[in-house]
Amino acid sequence: MNENETITQPEIFPGVVHPTAGGGILISSIDDVVNWARSNSLWPLVFGTSCCAIEMMSTASAKYDWSRFGFEVARATPRQADVIIIAGTIVNKMAPVLKRLYDQMADPKWVIAMGACATSGGPFFYNTYSVVKGADHVIPVDVYIAGCPPRPEALLHALITLQQKIKSGLTREQIRSGI
Amino acid sequence: MSLTNNKIKEKLVEKFGESVFGFEENYELLTFEAPKEINLKVLQFLYDDEELNFQFMTDLCAAHYPDNIGKELAVVYHLHNLKDNIRLRFKVYTSIQKPDVYTATQLFSAANWMERETYDFYGVNFVGHPNLKRILNVDEMDYFPLRKEYPLEDQTRLDKDDEMFGRGGTIV
Repeated sequence: MNENETITQPEIFPGVVHPTAGGGILISSIDDVVNWARSNSLWPLVFGTSCCAIEMMSTASAKYDWSRFGFEVARATPRQADVIIIAGTIVNKMAPVLKRLYDQMADPKWVIAMGACATSGGPFFYNTYSVVKGADHVIPVDVYIAGCPPRPEALLHALITLQQKIKSGLTREQIRSGI
Repeated sequence: MSLTNNKIKEKLVEKFGESVFGFEENYELLTFEAPKEINLKVLQFLYDDEELNFQFMTDLCAAHYPDNIGKELAVVYHLHNLKDNIRLRFKVYTSIQKPDVYTATQLFSAANWMERETYDFYGVNFVGHPNLKRILNVDEMDYFPLRKEYPLEDQTRLDKDDEMFGRGGTIV
C-alpha cells in the first residue's frame, strides 16, 4: 500500500483481525498502537498571545467542540501537555518564554504554528523592532496554519493533520520525500 | 454648578500665573502647558483643590517633536475628575539631550507602569521613579523605538508598490 494513502486515510484502528473460532485475534505492531493512542488524546497547552487565541477558544467551545477529536484536555502546565498551539504573535521578549515552555514539555511533544504571525511574523514582517518572524526561529514546528486569524475549521484541520502525522509514524524527512 | 473648562483655567491662572500657558480646547478637551520643573506642583494642585478634584490619571505618555529644538519631547498627562466627569490634558516639554522629568508616582500609583512604558519607548528619564526599567521591550534593547529618527516604514519594502496592485508602479 502506498504510504501517502495511509497518511490521508488513516485506519480507525491499526491492525487486522485474524478470525478464529469464537472471536478473533487482533494483529498489529506496538508502534502503530502507541501512535494511535498518542494521536487520539493530544492535550494542548493553554497558550495564546493574541487574536488567534480567541479563535482557539472558539474552537474549544461548544460550536466547534474540538473534544470530538480528543483535544479537550487543555492543560495549564507544560509538564502535562503534548502539543503547544502557538496562537498569536511572538515578540522578542516572549521568545525565551516560549522556548522555556517547550523545553518543559515532556516528550513526545508537537507544535502547531497557528496563523500568519506564528508562521512568518505575518503583518509584522516589515517595519518591526520587536516581532519574531516565525516561531520556527525558536522551536521546531510540525504543522503550520495559514490565515489571519485562521477559522476554527482551519485549526481543526491542522489538529487532524497532526493526528495523521503521528499515526503515520514517519519523520518529517520521510513525509517530505514521500517514502 | 458643575465644573467648566473656563473655571479650571481661571483657577490655574490664579494659582500659577504665567507659568501655565498654551490653553487650548480641542473637541472640548482643555489642554495646557507648564514648565517641566513645576509639573508635580500643578498635578498636586489639580488633585488637592476642593473644586478641581482631578484625582484619576487616565493616561501618561510622551510625544517626540524633532523640529521643536530644545523642547523635543512632550510628556502628556490625561486627568479625569470623576465627580464632575470632566477631563483635561496637561503637557510638559523637555529637551532630548537631558530628558529629566519628575516622576508622578508619589501622587498616582498608576503612573508607575505608564512612566516605565514612556521611558521604554521615548527615553524620558523620570527622576525619582522607584523602578525605572523597560517594561514591554527586551532589556537588551539599546534605543528608544518610538523616537522619530527611526522611519515609520522600511524604505526598502516593495510589497506596497502600485505594481503589486496592477496599476503601474516602479518595479520593472
